[in-house]
Amino acid sequence: MTPSPEDVSQLIRQGIPDAKVNVRLYAGDDHFEVEVVSASFAGKSRVAQHQMVYAALGEHMRQAIHALALKTGIPKE
Amino acid sequence: MSDAILKQIEKVVQDNDIVLFMKGTPEFPQCGFSQRVSAILAEHGVPFASVNVLLDDAVRQGIKDFSDWPTIPQLYVKGEFIGGCDIVSEMQASGELTELLAPLKK
Repeated sequence: MTPSPEDVSQLIRQGIPDAKVNVRLYAGDDHFEVEVVSASFAGKSRVAQHQMVYAALGEHMRQAIHALALKTGIPKE
Repeated sequence: MSDAILKQIEKVVQDNDIVLFMKGTPEFPQCGFSQRVSAILAEHGVPFASVNVLLDDAVRQGIKDFSDWPTIPQLYVKGEFIGGCDIVSEMQASGELTELLAPLKK
């Protein structure tokens, strides 16, 4: 089953507790645009940051989520 | 996942300075994300190898395990995983990609 934007947001925050997450659908109900801002990304490469988000989404990422455009960032002071 | 596939992927990644695992080919991309990354590379005028993952399901799954990355396309430069469409697009916008690819122009 395809998770809702709220589910996606919740899953990410479970994996990355301090994350500020913004989820939008940009096509149909399984193309997500996601912005994640977390202090835990500091010092990590973009690949590592995205991997943290993918890990939080777990199996959903391989199954129900058709497309996920992802942008990660570190909170500005 | 068979080790043979991972070894095969490893060899392709090591043997080519720039390799893009994509859906379809640069001439006939079969996914918008693959098309975008392929077009960005073409814009830089660098030669690159491409692997059409749609031709072999073992490669299509294997490449995800290889990089611990769940989506395609995937770009590798000098044996290093650079990222998927989002990261390549960001690096294109910031100029980082130009820096990365400049030494590989023929």
